[in-house]
Amino acid sequence: VTTIRAAAAYLPRHRLDRAAAGIGRGTRSVASYDEDATSMGVEAARAVLGAGGGDAVDAVVFCTTAPPYADKTNATALHQALNLDRSTAAYDAVGSVRSVVGALRSAADAAAAGRTTLLVAGDVRTGLPGSGDERDGGDGAAALVLGPGGDLAELVATGSASAELLDRWRIPGEPTSKVWEERFGETEYGPLADAALADGLKAAGLSVGDVDHLVVTGLHTRAVGAARKAAGARADAVVDDLLSSVGVTGAAHPLLLLTDVLERATPGQVVVLLVLADGADCLVLRAGSAAGATTGSARAVQDQLPGRTVAHTDVLVWRGLLRREPPRRPDPDRPAAPPSSRNAAWKFGLVGSRCTECGTRHLPPERVCLSCRAIDRMEPEPLAGVRGTIATFAIDHLAFSVAPPVVAAVVDFDGGGRIQCELADVDPERVAIGDRVEMTFRRMYTTADGVHNYFWKARPIEGGAG
Amino acid sequence: MGSNGIRDRVAIVGMGCTHFGERWELSTDDLLVDAATMAMDSAGLPQEAIDAYWLGTMGSGHAGITLSRPLKLDYKPVTRVENFCATGSESFRNACYAVASGAYDVVMAIGVEKLKDSGYSGLVVDPPAHDGTAAALTAPSMFSLLAPAYAQRYGVSEEEMADVLARIAWKNHANGARNPRAQFRKEVPIETIKGSPRISGQLGVFDCSGVSDGAAAAVIVRAEDAHRYTDRPLYVKALSFVAGPGTGPMDDRYDYTTFEEVVRSSQDAYEQAGITDPRAELALAEVHDCFTPTELVLMEDLGFSPRGQGWRDVLAGAFDRDGDLPVNPDGGLKSFGHPIGASGLRMLFECWLQLRGEAPEDRSLASVQAGRTLGLTHNLGGQPGACVSFVSIVGSEPSA
Repeated sequence: VTTIRAAAAYLPRHRLDRAAAGIGRGTRSVASYDEDATSMGVEAARAVLGAGGGDAVDAVVFCTTAPPYADKTNATALHQALNLDRSTAAYDAVGSVRSVVGALRSAADAAAAGRTTLLVAGDVRTGLPGSGDERDGGDGAAALVLGPGGDLAELVATGSASAELLDRWRIPGEPTSKVWEERFGETEYGPLADAALADGLKAAGLSVGDVDHLVVTGLHTRAVGAARKAAGARADAVVDDLLSSVGVTGAAHPLLLLTDVLERATPGQVVVLLVLADGADCLVLRAGSAAGATTGSARAVQDQLPGRTVAHTDVLVWRGLLRREPPRRPDPDRPAAPPSSRNAAWKFGLVGSRCTECGTRHLPPERVCLSCRAIDRMEPEPLAGVRGTIATFAIDHLAFSVAPPVVAAVVDFDGGGRIQCELADVDPERVAIGDRVEMTFRRMYTTADGVHNYFWKARPIEGGAG
Repeated sequence: MGSNGIRDRVAIVGMGCTHFGERWELSTDDLLVDAATMAMDSAGLPQEAIDAYWLGTMGSGHAGITLSRPLKLDYKPVTRVENFCATGSESFRNACYAVASGAYDVVMAIGVEKLKDSGYSGLVVDPPAHDGTAAALTAPSMFSLLAPAYAQRYGVSEEEMADVLARIAWKNHANGARNPRAQFRKEVPIETIKGSPRISGQLGVFDCSGVSDGAAAAVIVRAEDAHRYTDRPLYVKALSFVAGPGTGPMDDRYDYTTFEEVVRSSQDAYEQAGITDPRAELALAEVHDCFTPTELVLMEDLGFSPRGQGWRDVLAGAFDRDGDLPVNPDGGLKSFGHPIGASGLRMLFECWLQLRGEAPEDRSLASVQAGRTLGLTHNLGGQPGACVSFVSIVGSEPSA
């Protein structure tokens, strides 16, 4: 029996009002200018692991259709950001939405063999202005821990159908995809979905009437709607695919919807996940005793649905589809490889140092204690999970940013230690001394020669509590 | 603090200072030739009489060749120094020590910066290879951190703080309006200052020093030789420089209302010069007003105002040209901009003019006429909590 131990999702704060952009009704989620598939994946993974849950992970696998890097593994950034052990393997499964289903099935096989996998999917779905992808896409991330033991859900059976079809495609490096006429895909996906669903249910020894939660997803939203109808499940079993509020978050969406369902399911219920992507895949799961609540340190998907409206032009600028006059400042120069490697625990994992003589925390890690001047009496001090308070701040209209002004703050951590850093997801008019913040992994900027500079920012805690 | 000082052992006998501003027509070489020539003419010395040079520049050149080539120096020692925004002052300090040591008889300290050619807004520093984790704050942001922290600590309302900062900018512009060498030579109404476009936090355009090109130079000799060159030398009373441990940005006990580096270096300088009440004893102070909150905090760190009272003194006009202690009577960085290598020597140049009675009448100081003979210059470089600080005290009279 393969089990899912934990599930968590991360939705970025911003929402595009489709009506305001002239592309329909409802909203879609939008990654902020300083987020990408990797950074959102880190946020989902931090939530699913909770405090210190990474110890038992044998491998981390990262899935996305929008890898920030090609020819370089993206999962290693997650691995370092999560402070996983060096012996924990880190792999990408990138390209299409289908990759995440394959990775999930591989992780299930690994679990059956006694190994634990952290499966992370994050995506930024971009389309040209006015396109279906702009309208129906969404940005977000989700993460599962699969392995022996645990009680969130078990994978009972699978069914799969593969097909070579030119429904959508993209030359690597292009920012957006092209799609064939909609009706073609809708017609092609129907029999594939039927076959995968039938095979999965048959292997599980169930009929469609036994399904308590039917989740159907894929980038072809008309085909998804048709397959959902054609499945013949009970009306109360059909799960909202969040198209109207979030959009389809690409490779993240199957895990996002599964997380949402497991947060609301009751133990013993049958969950079917049907994913349409260059074929169809059916996963039949049974909710375990931990179902019906969030796991890890996650915020429930339903609680993350409301967001803050962002202007269409801002989204276009953030995605590089609209160019804005740059400030008269030099472009940021690239972080250099050797110091980035030497300081990887600091840069990616926000690990400072603590003086073993007097307990003072140092960010970044130092060799000489700022309080007692002891030399080389330091131990690593992870601070990503520690909250803090704004001691003072600056709103910088001059500094380079895709989304000026840069809001920077001096943050004092609970239990000691200070960092001077940027704030994320902040309203410049509302920031104040004394505000409570938590740390979040972000892509600070991308240099002219294509280096993504990942580091941590402080984010005001919603509601100001905590 | 472990410094002995060189009080009254060396003296300035000649100075030069270019017009600061957008000097599109002049190169770094031109500015250096101009400032060096003015200083030599002021001292009545030919180039051959100068034994050694200290050149301060942050980024307009590297190595002594930056100076020796444009001046075609005849195989003389030229030391190029850099110490953030105290670069110009640092060239002066080391030049003074060289004379005091007896190694040379006549030396020149010269500073230059050509900022406008970059095409950027504000200062741009090329950092060494890094890991990309340092907060990418511009200078106005780093110093704007002082304003909310000061207001919070001393219960100053946002409106009062706006008045205080505007008052500082207004004063320095009013002084600069009377200085032909300044970049900005216009008085600016308080309301214009307060309504200027925001740069960072509470700081608007008029809270920030300008970006300019400029150069300045001083000729330094042993004090006992000074009267060979001028009847009115300026004696060096104190030189102090400290680099702080840089812990403010990572130490949660630092509250962004003070520069400890300035406190330490000014105490050291006052001790060297035998000053106990700087506000009453100094005739003028040229301080590092890179941003208006910096000048506010400096009034307390330099001991001109008690803690928490600097803002009241500013509003009361204590540091105006006719106040208790004139601060930045030449217009400061506000009116001159901040060509980094030149600024410290530009400050000394104002002491040179004022203490020797050469300042133009509309800028002359009652404090000097009342018999005060000492001037202070101050630079700091870096950011609040992690900076370097320089303080010098010069005087027109040798000690009794």
